[in-house]
Order: sequence, then C-alpha cells, then structure tokens
Amino acid sequence: MENLKIWLKKNLFSNWYYSLITIFILYVLFSTIPTFLDWAFFKATFLGNAKSDCKSGGACWVFIKVWFDKLIYGFYPEKDLWRVNLTFLTLIFSISLAFFVKEKFRIYILFFIIFIFPFIGFILIRGGFGLDQVETRVWGGLALTFMLTFFGIIFAFPLGVLLALGRRSELPVFRYFCIVFIEFWRGIPLITVIFAAAIMFPLFIPANANVDKLLRVAIGISIFESAYIAEVVRGGLQSLPKGQYEAAKSLGMGYWKMNFLIILPQAIKTVIPGITNTFIALFKDTPLIILVGLLELLGMVNLAKSNSYWLGFAVEGYVFVGIIFWVFSYLLSRYTQSLEKKYSVEKR
Amino acid sequence: MFLTSQFKTNLKKNLQPLNLIPQVFLILLIVYIIYFFSKNTEINLVSRNLNFGFDFLSNNAGFDIQFSLINYDGSSSYAKSYLVGLLNTLLVAFFGIIFATILGFIVGISRLSTNWMLNKLSLIYVELFRNLPLILQIFFWYFVVIRSLPSTEKSVIILNFLIINLQGFYIPKFIFSNFIFIFYGFIVAIAVTFFLKYYATKVFYESAKIIPVFKIFLILVIIFPIIFALLGDVKITIEYPKLVKNFGIFNYLGGVKLVPEFLALLFSLSLYTSAFIAENVRAGILAISKGQKEASKSLGFNNSQTLKLIVIPQALRVIIPPTTNQYLNLTKNSSLAAAIGYPDLTGVFAGTALSQTGKAIEIIFIVMMTYLTISLIISIILNWYNKKIALVER
Repeated sequence: MENLKIWLKKNLFSNWYYSLITIFILYVLFSTIPTFLDWAFFKATFLGNAKSDCKSGGACWVFIKVWFDKLIYGFYPEKDLWRVNLTFLTLIFSISLAFFVKEKFRIYILFFIIFIFPFIGFILIRGGFGLDQVETRVWGGLALTFMLTFFGIIFAFPLGVLLALGRRSELPVFRYFCIVFIEFWRGIPLITVIFAAAIMFPLFIPANANVDKLLRVAIGISIFESAYIAEVVRGGLQSLPKGQYEAAKSLGMGYWKMNFLIILPQAIKTVIPGITNTFIALFKDTPLIILVGLLELLGMVNLAKSNSYWLGFAVEGYVFVGIIFWVFSYLLSRYTQSLEKKYSVEKR
Repeated sequence: MFLTSQFKTNLKKNLQPLNLIPQVFLILLIVYIIYFFSKNTEINLVSRNLNFGFDFLSNNAGFDIQFSLINYDGSSSYAKSYLVGLLNTLLVAFFGIIFATILGFIVGISRLSTNWMLNKLSLIYVELFRNLPLILQIFFWYFVVIRSLPSTEKSVIILNFLIINLQGFYIPKFIFSNFIFIFYGFIVAIAVTFFLKYYATKVFYESAKIIPVFKIFLILVIIFPIIFALLGDVKITIEYPKLVKNFGIFNYLGGVKLVPEFLALLFSLSLYTSAFIAENVRAGILAISKGQKEASKSLGFNNSQTLKLIVIPQALRVIIPPTTNQYLNLTKNSSLAAAIGYPDLTGVFAGTALSQTGKAIEIIFIVMMTYLTISLIISIILNWYNKKIALVER
C-alpha cells in the first residue's frame, strides 16, 4: 500500500501540472474506453449469418464472418482454396523450422525458401501440371497481400544488394548508372510507379507480349523497394573498416569473391534491422494496388462495404484490416528491435 | 595538377580490358533497352491512333476541379489543371508538415516524460499510427470519421469561427485591401533581424553580452506588419460563412471551405508522419549524454540556458536529418489523395487528365519528374544543412 502511494506520487502526481495531465488523461480514457468496449464486445453481434441478425447497436462482426473467405482469398475458386492454404502452410512451416534447427541447417532452409518454394507456390496457386489454371485477376484478399510482400522480398533484396555494390563500384559507368537508378526510384511516390506499371508499361512492350497486370505491378513495387534496400545495404558497406577489403585482396580474392564471402555477410548482418523496416514498409504499401483495380485485403473490404446489401459496416471492415496489418507490422518491428539490441551487445 | 593526374590514373584504370568490357556492355544494354522500348511504343501508338507530344497541354481540359487555389474552370487548359494539382499537393504537404512537426515534437517529448500515464499514452500513439498502412488511415478518416459528422442543419459551431459539418469545415475568410503592405512589413522585420543578429554576434564575442535576438524577432514580426498596415491604410473585412437555403437545401456559403477530402488527407498524413517524427525526437534527445548537461551546469549555466545552448542544438543535429526525410515521405505520400478523390497532382493529372487524353507516357513522365524535382530540392537543402551543422572534429 505504501509502495503504491510512493509509485503514484512519483509517476503520476509528481507536481501540479503532471497531476493535471494525469487527471485529464484519466477523464478522456474513462469517457471513451467503455463506449468502445461496448461497441466492440458487449453490444456486438458475433452470431448469425445475415445483416438482420445485427440489431444490438454494437459492432456487427457477422459482416466479417460472412465475407471472411473473400477477405482472405479474394475471388479464388472455393474448391481450390486448399492450394493457397498448402502454399502458405509450407511457407510458415519452413520459416518456423528455421528458428528451431541448428545454424548449419538454416542455410538449406533459406535456400529452399528463396529458390525452390517460389516455384512450388506459383504452380500451386496459378495452376498447371494437372491443376486447374486460376487467372490472376481472381487472386485477392490477404493472400494477395502476402504474395506481393513475399515476391517483393525475394526480388527486391538481391537487386538492392547489387545496386548497393554498383553504387560503390570503382567503374564510373556502373556507379553513375546505380546512383541515377536509385535516386530516381527513391524520388517518386509508389503510386506513380503503380500507375506507370499498369497503364504506361504495356506501351513499351510488343503488343502480342501479354504481361499480366499483377506481375507488372509486382515488379514495379519490387524495383521501387530495391532502391530503398540498396541505400540500407550501402550504409552497412560504409560501416565496414577498410582493412576488411584490404585483407580480402591480400588473400588474392577477386571482386566477387571478396564481396560475397567477406564484405556482404558482415555488411548485411549489421543492417538487418534496416532491411526488415523496409519490408514492413513494403507490407504496409501493398494496399496501394487498389488504385489500379487489384483487390488485396483493404480492397476487398472496400468492395464488401459498398455491397448494396451490406452498406454501413465500413468501421468493422477497417478495424478488421487494421488489426491484421497492425499485428504483423508490430511483431516484425519488435523482432527488429530485439535484433538491434542483440547486435549492439555483440559489438561491444 | 593533382586532379589531372588522378584523372589520368582513373582513365588508365578504366581502359584496362577487364574494366572496360563490362562498362561498354552496360552502356550497350541500356541503349538497346531504350531502343527496344521506344520502337515498341512507336508501333503501339500507331496501332492505337495516338501520337506522342506535349501539345495537348494547351487544349481545353473540360473537367471541373472542386477544390482549387487558383481560378480554374472547365475551359481552362490541361497545363492549368496541372498547376491546380501541383498547388493542391503543395498545400496539403505544407500544412501536413507543420502539423506533423508540432504533434511529433509533443509526442516525442511526452515519450520521455516521467509521468507514467503520459509516457505510455504516447507510446501507444506512436505504435498505433506507424504500424497501420497510411491508405487505411486515409480511408478511415474519409469514410468513417468525416461521414459521421453532423449534417448541415445541425452543424457544430465553435465560437463563430469554425463550422463543422458533413460538407467539410468552414472558416471565415479574411480579405485584406493593400495586402502588399503587410508583406513589406514582414520583409522589413526579417531584414532588421538579420542586422541585429550580425550585431548580436559581434557584441557576444566582444563583451560576452547576450542579446535575445529571437524574442526581439517575435516582437518585430508582429509590430512591423501592423505599423505598415496602418501606414498603408490596409482594411480587413471578415467574410463569415452564412447558412443559406437554396431549393429547400441548407448550405453554407462564403468564407473558406475545407473539403472533406482535404481534411481526411491532412489528418491522416499528419498523424502518420508525426509518429515517425516523435521517434526521431526521442532518439535525438536520448542521444545527448548526461555528461553534457553536467558539464554545462558546472560551467554555471542555468536550466534554460543548458536546454537552449547545450541540449537543443546537439539534439537537433540528430533530429533534423531523419525528420527532413519524413517531410519528403509526407510529400510523396500526399499522392495517396488519388484514392479518395482529393484533386492533387496525381489525382488530377495522372487520374482525370490521363483517362481523358490517353497520353499515358507524357503525363506519367511529367508527374514523375515533378515529384523528382520536389524530392531533389528537399534533399539538396537537407545536404546543405547537414554539412552546416555537422560536427567539426579536430
């Protein structure tokens, strides 16, 4: 009891204006939180299958329940949903496996995720080899969000590393090309990239070469993010002491051997937090594809909320999307912070 | 002499076949890609009955823009619609930067507060706003918050100054005659401050006396425009928005109307960016070691002098570069306006104008170059400032 008093005095009421602030915050919290809880839980409707079930005045979670499959898978054919599930289960399984096995085996799992899994996943989701073809225009929902993010990571990371190396190259043509390339993509908003990929790019390629819209946009987003990754990796390269380069060269290593065996492993390790942050940004940016008519999670909610039967449930939809995006970004950023701490301890 | 010799060694290095071949190859590859794209474009444009060129800019745009800072109507040219879009982008970016900075500093300092509740609340604020996609926040403000405002008849009126309803926010319009005199007043105040600053530095080094230049500037910047306004016979008329009934529908006319699209974009951009700025501010203040404060105390500085002369200048060195980056992001993110129909550069030009003219290449080129120019200008200023405040190590 005495401890509580001291704690309160020290942390909440240490002087008159802090006391005022505390009381003000308490007042605001007490006037908003119960209303919100009432809306979200106590007066909300969880059971039922139709709009008419929502009469209590609180949130109508039935809306999410009814649209759930669409929000997660888009218009992907119902009988083939197992293919999407299998793909993502494989990914989740291999990523979590990587955390449990010894460091030696981790590299094989990483190899599988980067080089083999994308092809398996693509065939499973797109079809072929005996599976029905599923057009990309019916892909959507949360699955599409994840697919785009994954594609972005796989594609943008190596490109970004090459760009970073190029920017520090001694050969002027490579250096200036990389500088212009990186600064160009970093200087324009992602929306213009998406517009360009969807509207302008088809003019650049032969009329009979039919490149899928989703693929064009995905490549556009990946190149965009690769410029940011390049800058992060460049930071790591710059932080390495010159001695590392000189030591590698004195061992007789060539340019590629030096970079891939000595320089990059160290440089990338120091900037993993920065790279993860870039991927969080990529994940949060995927909803922008709404603007060219591709419907990932947020797009599906926009579609559902403007369905004439289900009008008026925008809040529930956005809260649902918000929770999903928030949880993933928050967990990733916490993971980044723990990595940062770990490396700063190792350095000492 | 040194430069030329270095240039010669570089040239020699580059002419070695091992270095030369990949470079020539890259140049050829770039040239080929450009050739490939332009040839395809030519064929595609012919087959679609389009032609390449920027002369469409002087044609009649023929569409209306509901929110414009300059006189614009359907008979104006595409070039003018571009200007309207650009000004709208700059408008929302300008106010967004101001609000995001104020909010970011408040939240960032609160994050370090010893008041437990304030501290945790600002932590929740930061984690909430920076981990949600910006476009979701824009949709939430636009489709949920602003849609739940009262209708025109039931408007919320705050002190006869701000009227809030479903149609947007209305504030009185201040109309100045001879506005130019107030502007002159500002110029003179700034000029006097510059001289004062010069004089103050001199006095400081000669007799160690401190002239409070900033406080004097704050007074001057108020007094001079008022004096000039009196001299120049400036008259202010305030135009209040009025409730008018037209064809049975109530509407506010007059004053300045801020449309819902603008408000939704402004709120979401400010809150989203402020969460990032708050983290920069926090990191900046934490970066100052305790020893600095103790050293300043032992030199006899009091609390406010320590803050003003020791802590803030050093913290700003850490805070400003990443914050300028956030300003850049905010400006680029303002292009999300296209999602809710705020007529910014992307919405007006890459949206409406593009779908009307079909000039995809020209228009997307112009829009990209515009953003690129804005980004370059901001990063040139940033680099210049960075150099100026960089730690001089001896």
